[in-house]
Amino acid sequence: MRYESPATTKDAVALLAKEKGQAFVLAGGTDLLVKMKAGMLEPDLVVDIKRIKGMKEIKKTASGFSIGAAVPCAALKENAALVKTWPGVVEGASLIGSKQVQGRCTMAGNLCNASPAADSVPGLVAAGAKVVIAGPRGTRKLAVEDVPAGVGRTVLKKGEFISAIELPKKPARSGDAYLRFIPRTEMDIAVVSAGVSLTLDAKGVITAARVALGAVAPTVLLVKEAAKAIIGSKLDDEAKARLTAAASAAARPIDDKRGTKEFRIDVAGVLARRAAELAYARAGGK
Amino acid sequence: MPLDTSLVRKQFKVIGTRVRRPDGIDKVTGRAKYGADAFAPGQLIGLVLRSPHAHARIKKIDISKAEKLQGVKAVITAADLPDLTGGDRGMRDILENCMARSKALYDGHAVAAVAAVDAHTAKQALKLIKIDYEVLPHVTDVDEALKPGAPLIHDDIFTDGIEPKPTKPSNFCKLAEYGHGDVEAGFKEADFVIEKSYKTEQTHQGYIEPHACLANVSPDGVAELWVTTQGPFVYRNHCAALLGLDANKLRVTASEIGGGFGGKTHVWAEPLALALSRKANRPVKLTMTRDEVFRATGPTSSASIDVKVGVKKDGTVTAAFAELRYQNGAFPFTWAEFGAMTAFACYDFKNVKTVSRDAVVNRPKCAAYRAPSAPIAAFAVESTMDMAAKAIGMDPIDFRIKNAAREGTKSSYGPVFGPIGIGPTLEAAKKHAHWNAPLGENQGRGMACGFWFNFGGQTCVDLNVTPDGSVTVALGTIDVGGSRASMALAVAEELGVAYEQVRCVVADTSSLGHNDMTDGSRGTFSSSMAAVDAARKAIHTMRERAAKIWEIPLDEVEWIDGQAKAVGEKHGNKAPLSIKEIAAQAANTGGPIAGHSEIVADGAGVSFATHICDAEVDPETGRTSIKRYTVIQDAGKAMHPSYVEGQYQGGAAQGIGWALNEEYIYGKDGRLQNAGFLDYRIPVCSDLPFIDTQILEIPNPNHPYGVRGVGETSIVPPLGAIGNAISNAAGVRLNHVPMSPPRVLKAIKDAR
Ligand SMILES: Cc1cc2nc3c(=O)[nH]c(=O)nc-3n(C[C@H](O)[C@H](O)[C@H](O)COP(=O)(O)OP(=O)(O)OC[C@H]3O[C@@H](n4cnc5c(N)ncnc54)[C@H](O)[C@@H]3O)c2cc1C
Repeated sequence: MRYESPATTKDAVALLAKEKGQAFVLAGGTDLLVKMKAGMLEPDLVVDIKRIKGMKEIKKTASGFSIGAAVPCAALKENAALVKTWPGVVEGASLIGSKQVQGRCTMAGNLCNASPAADSVPGLVAAGAKVVIAGPRGTRKLAVEDVPAGVGRTVLKKGEFISAIELPKKPARSGDAYLRFIPRTEMDIAVVSAGVSLTLDAKGVITAARVALGAVAPTVLLVKEAAKAIIGSKLDDEAKARLTAAASAAARPIDDKRGTKEFRIDVAGVLARRAAELAYARAGGK
Repeated sequence: MPLDTSLVRKQFKVIGTRVRRPDGIDKVTGRAKYGADAFAPGQLIGLVLRSPHAHARIKKIDISKAEKLQGVKAVITAADLPDLTGGDRGMRDILENCMARSKALYDGHAVAAVAAVDAHTAKQALKLIKIDYEVLPHVTDVDEALKPGAPLIHDDIFTDGIEPKPTKPSNFCKLAEYGHGDVEAGFKEADFVIEKSYKTEQTHQGYIEPHACLANVSPDGVAELWVTTQGPFVYRNHCAALLGLDANKLRVTASEIGGGFGGKTHVWAEPLALALSRKANRPVKLTMTRDEVFRATGPTSSASIDVKVGVKKDGTVTAAFAELRYQNGAFPFTWAEFGAMTAFACYDFKNVKTVSRDAVVNRPKCAAYRAPSAPIAAFAVESTMDMAAKAIGMDPIDFRIKNAAREGTKSSYGPVFGPIGIGPTLEAAKKHAHWNAPLGENQGRGMACGFWFNFGGQTCVDLNVTPDGSVTVALGTIDVGGSRASMALAVAEELGVAYEQVRCVVADTSSLGHNDMTDGSRGTFSSSMAAVDAARKAIHTMRERAAKIWEIPLDEVEWIDGQAKAVGEKHGNKAPLSIKEIAAQAANTGGPIAGHSEIVADGAGVSFATHICDAEVDPETGRTSIKRYTVIQDAGKAMHPSYVEGQYQGGAAQGIGWALNEEYIYGKDGRLQNAGFLDYRIPVCSDLPFIDTQILEIPNPNHPYGVRGVGETSIVPPLGAIGNAISNAAGVRLNHVPMSPPRVLKAIKDAR
């Protein structure tokens, strides 16, 4: 196995593109190294992206935030502007692992590991985040929800990797939230999760919303029907009931060691509703 | 001089104080050496190849490729461990569990092992071993395993306890019955009869330190084993027997232990490490991964239980019956029988009967887990008792007080109880602030009781007075919960010296006589008995030495406050002799001063506890959080109260994990799906409230200080206490442990 830590994006792309065997990007390594240690992966090449300039920066841009692919989740929480603007996104990322894991793990790694239960992903999807992909043919952008292709698979092509995650500018009177269900209080994997982002008008009526569900399908789900269920409402009980039903209806989970199908369907609705309540309050709704 | 165990001391100088633990600094600084911390020059790394199948015939093993790999020094299979057990079924089962012979009996069963110069090479070698399996039908559920026509795990198990003995083999390894009176007549007298069936899933002890050892066999047949274990002597005896060594040729040294809870009472991979070392003629270090620990060591049984309790309106239980079916893993044992013995032990019932059915299944061999089998039985019984109290509208504590066993009660498993603590723990619970505190929304309070036998057994202690007058004590029961401090307290108490003047170590198997394992809550009970005995013998010797120095008769020398004193008018002017002074003259008075004790520590006092628990249940997700928890338990005498509290809290913490989330999950293929701490969910710190404790001291008349074992009882009540709390919080009765969110939510939905 070779280990490389290139200084530029170009070099990283070249290394990844050229490798004939199995090549992996290394960000925080909290998935990659664990899998290597367990013998689940035996890479021929590991390309560490942490030395690439700008990869560990959080930038405020004209169109929102740009978060370098190697920014550890602990750094997100320390960025006051980001926490204020996208509390739900930071909430999701902050739930990953423990203090030790937080110092290493990244949102891009969380996304590319492509677990349906990835904690930072529903929040990003609800926020309408995009990824910047560097590759042999230059850069391209993609909505976060379009990155995972299935359990453990992404749509990234050979030589491509994510260089940054972009969060849009947030409209006035907007709020977001992320909730996950775990049987314990920490150090656990989401059995079901929900991210909600919404915008209100001056009267507190929801004008726009995005609802994302995690761990109820092979990839994170952006549930348009759930958003529709609350747009135009003040998140009254009826709207909440519609949201709960729509989220449960969209869930298509499996029975596994972490929970039953029936449980996940029920709790998907509950969490979507609770996240919406939180987001609504954060947007200033009463 | 036989040990006088009569309770003479009511006043103690150092017993009962909270002295600093001798192993504390080493443990918090990382200097303490655990199983994986030993190294030997030229050591190899040992790894085990395990069956991926739940049940399979091993048709052929080809190790030739692995043996040829550069850096591989030994590859072993069952052929390298010939059966030397000479018809001893128990030993043969241990051998077969260490390494599969003709069949792999569970997912994770060892089938071969390698030793190589490094871990990488050893891993490569495992991949080169080719095994031809014939996969057989398997069974992992206890009720399924007991059905006629179930896949047969062994063809030589004919149910024990049935007359006449069956002629057809089955998975049903033992039937047993306990109790007295006439339960059928008793049920007829009842105003209400409560009947319910329960299931509990398999749990693991979850010790943080995986099994690890360093084995070193020399070509002259002498061997050393450094290992994390609860019983170095038992490991020595078993390993020596399996490898065909004389016990004196194998010296086992116990490392510090990172938790065992019963799981380190059996040999697992240690005989393989020794066999590899013997074949390679090099030291072999073998450390299990977490995956191996879960798949191949330690779990306790899963079970299926039916309980029936008849009760009169005034709270009298007229009859109680339980049938308990436990699986023992792939090898026969009597875990259900333990459940049958403990099930109703808290109570004084006129008519009581328990029936146990022990079964084998395609799962790892079950090991003891802290009061083994009792928490499972207590869950079923305490849940049913709670329902009975509700049926007659009686407070659950009052109901139990009315039926509690007391001194003179003939227990449900036979013996007549001496002075016991069940009644006092219940009275204390009733008076406890916790029992009477207000509850919040979605919260409920539950309580439950628990019993454990406790054990004594063979014990051997060596005490030596050093030339400078300080004291060393060599113990043979390893220190899993602070016993070195407690033994030093006992010796200091007897000698009349400061705690700091006594230093205890755990000796290796070549330095002491046989000691039983640290299990059955016996460590402090039995070792302190032997330590007291050894100290008293050393005092006798020191009195003799003083008599010699003074040239007066022995009976004119007394031992008072750590000094020899000449008693009587005529010796009035003799200054007392301290240990230091006597030790300094040892060379002239008869040589080194020592005290030895070799005993069978009989009379371990039985132990009882009552727990109170507040649970909050989220009605929309079924998630339970424990808000407040109190343990009240009889310790007989708490030699070191902080350690006793630690045992109470530890047992409760493990019980909470078991009650709420821990479980072995098998796929349809018979493979364990959650062999890791991510999906085998033991509680993390933030899952637990501060666990409050109350120590009661009802002296055990058979111990010089009144000590009872305290290590195990604390895990017995939590499952029932939490089930009862959930029932009061959410209005649903859970009969399946763990009471995980999907199960609780389903029960809530079904009740709507
Ligand atoms: C103890 C522990 C607890 C955990 N708890 C949680 C939890 O609560 N919730 C949760 O969601 N996850 C959890 N995880 C999983 C893991 O920490 C997260 O998925 C984390 O976000 C991964 O980020 P990373 O930077 O460490 O990824 P890495 O391990 O570096 O990479 C993960 C995968 O993504 C690829 N990759 C990484 N970066 C890029 C990139 N920029 N472009 C393309 N591909 C890339 C890698 O090649 C690899 O395949 C836990 C892990 C551990 C060890």
